Amino acid sequence: MLKAMGARSIDDLFEPIPVEYRLNRDLKIPRQMAESEIVDWFRERSRENGDGHATFLGAGAYYHYRPVIIDSLISRGEFLTAYTPYQAEISQGTLQSIFEFQTMICELTGMDVANASMYDGSTAAAEAVMMAVRLTGRRNVAIARSVHPEYREVLATYAFHQGMPTATVPFAETGRLDGKALEKAITAETACVLIQSPNFFGTIEDVQAISEIAHAKGAMLVVSIAEAVSLGIIEPPRAADIIAMEAQSFGVPLTFGGPFCGVIATREAYVRQMPGRLVGQTVDRNGKRGFVLTLATREQHIRREKATSNICTNQALVALMANIFMTIYGKVGFKELAKQNLAKAAYAAQQFGKHANVLFNAAPRFNEFVVQTSEDPYAINSRLLGHKIVGGLPLKKFYPELGNASLWCCTELTTRSMIDTAAGLIAESERSQEAGEEEPSVEEVAK
Amino acid sequence: MAKHMTRKATRHVNQNEGLIFEKSSPGKAAWKLPPLDVPEVDTKQLLGSTERKHLGNMPEVSEIEIIRHFTRLSTWNYAIDLGMYPLGSCTMKYNPRVNEVVSRLDGIANGHPYQPEKISQGAMRIMKTLSDCLTEITGMDAITLQPAAGAHGELTGLLMVRAYHDSKAKSRKKVLIPDSAHGTNPATAAMVGYGIENLKSNSAGIVDIGVLEAQMTEDVAALMLTNPNTLGVFEEEIHKIADILHAKGGLLYMDGANMNALVGKVRPGDFGVDLMHLNLHKTFSTPHGGGGPGSGPVAIKKFLEPFLPKPVLKSKSDGTLGFDYDRPQSIGRVRSFYGNFGMFVRALAYILANGPDGLRQTTEDAVLNANYIRKGLEGTYDLPYASPSMHEVVFSDKLQAKKGVRTMDIAKRLIDYGFHPYTTAFPLIVPGAMMIEPTESESKEELDLFIEAMQSIAQEVEEDAELVRTAPHSTRVSRLDETAAARKPILRWKPENTTS
Repeated sequence: MLKAMGARSIDDLFEPIPVEYRLNRDLKIPRQMAESEIVDWFRERSRENGDGHATFLGAGAYYHYRPVIIDSLISRGEFLTAYTPYQAEISQGTLQSIFEFQTMICELTGMDVANASMYDGSTAAAEAVMMAVRLTGRRNVAIARSVHPEYREVLATYAFHQGMPTATVPFAETGRLDGKALEKAITAETACVLIQSPNFFGTIEDVQAISEIAHAKGAMLVVSIAEAVSLGIIEPPRAADIIAMEAQSFGVPLTFGGPFCGVIATREAYVRQMPGRLVGQTVDRNGKRGFVLTLATREQHIRREKATSNICTNQALVALMANIFMTIYGKVGFKELAKQNLAKAAYAAQQFGKHANVLFNAAPRFNEFVVQTSEDPYAINSRLLGHKIVGGLPLKKFYPELGNASLWCCTELTTRSMIDTAAGLIAESERSQEAGEEEPSVEEVAK
Repeated sequence: MAKHMTRKATRHVNQNEGLIFEKSSPGKAAWKLPPLDVPEVDTKQLLGSTERKHLGNMPEVSEIEIIRHFTRLSTWNYAIDLGMYPLGSCTMKYNPRVNEVVSRLDGIANGHPYQPEKISQGAMRIMKTLSDCLTEITGMDAITLQPAAGAHGELTGLLMVRAYHDSKAKSRKKVLIPDSAHGTNPATAAMVGYGIENLKSNSAGIVDIGVLEAQMTEDVAALMLTNPNTLGVFEEEIHKIADILHAKGGLLYMDGANMNALVGKVRPGDFGVDLMHLNLHKTFSTPHGGGGPGSGPVAIKKFLEPFLPKPVLKSKSDGTLGFDYDRPQSIGRVRSFYGNFGMFVRALAYILANGPDGLRQTTEDAVLNANYIRKGLEGTYDLPYASPSMHEVVFSDKLQAKKGVRTMDIAKRLIDYGFHPYTTAFPLIVPGAMMIEPTESESKEELDLFIEAMQSIAQEVEEDAELVRTAPHSTRVSRLDETAAARKPILRWKPENTTS
């Protein structure tokens, strides 16, 4: 090949690189490994990473069962190794599947249009808020404190550099948004109110009431949904103007927090301010139905600095997982799946509540709930870990005002015996606290 | 059809398939839940008015129907697994299957981002090892893996640029961007609140040093530079570019989209780059998956470390790893959790499979392949810039345009020859651009077939231009009406608009 192009050696091809910058040594990285060594290396890492543990963790990342055909199908090279479907004639598989994804997200959320995906729930929420800013021409944002703390952090990062002032709205005794505080927080400059439902505590917000407060002052309502399985049994936030979702619950493995699958859904009138790719139905030159990427004039490769967002690569293959998951459960299975989640969490809250203080009982919840214990939850979790069970998320870091509170999640994969084991340890903890036994050092047990 | 066509592709039957909703009928199911081991609940009592009554038009189908549905759809896609995918700037290289296997190991696939650090050491070790490899490969000092894609990395990088200038109490107002840049660059700068100033390329297609000197002021926060640039040309005067920026306190940001031309041969950190993003889904072989997920780590020089997004991975005194959240100067979070971790696993598996020798050879092969194509097509297609090519080569449709055939037509005709088209109409500085990036994955045989196909199409343009203008002729659908799609958007299926 070198001969064909009249070069003497491969170095001739690198001549444009100034000599003084060329790397004349090996990179200091691990040596080349055989496939068997690579598999062994990662097996070792897998073992160091909680392999074989059951979990009560949720908080924006949910452990649901993944039907096996999801991986069979997304492993097909035609899906796995294709690029963004810019060449419609040889991308109809990806395009039609995205069109079906958009449709099912609309059916589940009650919105008119949905995009092809965003990076995750947190960036989807931030982009949805910026979309509301463009739509209203206002710059302030009111954010519920019961929105996922990391989503709020991401929004703060985006908002700070956009110069968007933000107000945080507290939650009430019920765990729901404090309506009175919300009324005070909204001004004539408020572009939108951002809430999450079910919120970070698992509590379902009164979306209708919140939307009335927001809309009365000309602000939009953006609703974030982090636990998408809730849509099987919880009425979707139809009063929202924009929904920013995390679809990880739909058949996407936890994989230590990503890749996940954000989505934005909204009303038809707002579609031209929507970020991200959209697939539309059209016909070819022979009148045959087909699908294309559409409304690209919103996007960076056409509009450059005037685009609605800089997003280019999204989470397509993960959206395909979600798509297959939604297809599998469909109209009937979704409801049954969600009902099991509801039942498991209700049972766990009831069992835990016999010994400790389950918060926010006055409002409905889905599959997560907050428990206040006398002892530091890290200590209880540490004992639970001895049973190869990961306990709920201690909330001190995010909500110090809730004291020894932790957030527990139950899905269809949570077994009664797990719940009973955890309830037993909580009962023991409360008994020993009452008896005034010496508290073990938290640092010691948390390690 | 031309005589060469049968060498690469043959038409064969593929199945028709409607929308999944059109197959749905009541009672069909592909799911099964285990018996409930806790008491049933009264949903009405628990949920009251928040209970959902109906699930709209969600489908009801059987498992075999789902398998066939998506398998049939998949056969309508072109993919790297089927053949060369020479999209310029997209680096469509082979996606090794071992990457997929290791990312699905139980402890990795089921690791929860909030599980205790004690049982997260495996995941953190993967992040640490990858971080170390990437900082060495780029010649930088530190890195964040949090950004979810290249454009997200750009955003993260520019936020850090901004935080850096703000920390010096000297906020700056604009970012310089060459006219050959990706669209994400200006879109990102706008998101961070910077004004955008266009930098005109010189006749060789690279940064014009005189122009840069004239436009560089103390109001410029950074230059966003792709190197090699989108013409596949290495910025030979990169040291001067860096000096001009640094002399006025500006930073050099490198868009690492084209890093596949450099790995193991030269390090951006050594030629004056202050910060850069990588695309793990380009250079490091993680699959594009029909548009994502990607991963866009940002590597930086030491002085930018305080501004990294949080949390930052740290080694503790007892030898274990942990996350450091106490970062007062951090730009904050750009994503929940720690980034697209599954892509870290795949990228690291790729690096381990290659090692130092393999990575160097990968780069050499990528550059060799691009130059082989250049040589093979020079003369047949117009080469707007004679500057030497690195990993990709940009031709234009100038010669074929005389017959009324444009870059998109040639691209569509390539489909009939069994190839995915090259990148069309980009970079914007080349009218009728044809941007070809073969990557290292292609054998000489495949490259020869591609060259042959391109030559054959050029011949067809002379003999029967209409054939090329109306391509593709072998696909299920051809020349979809994009204007109609945008004018009256149909973005979802509804029962009433079912057609066959």
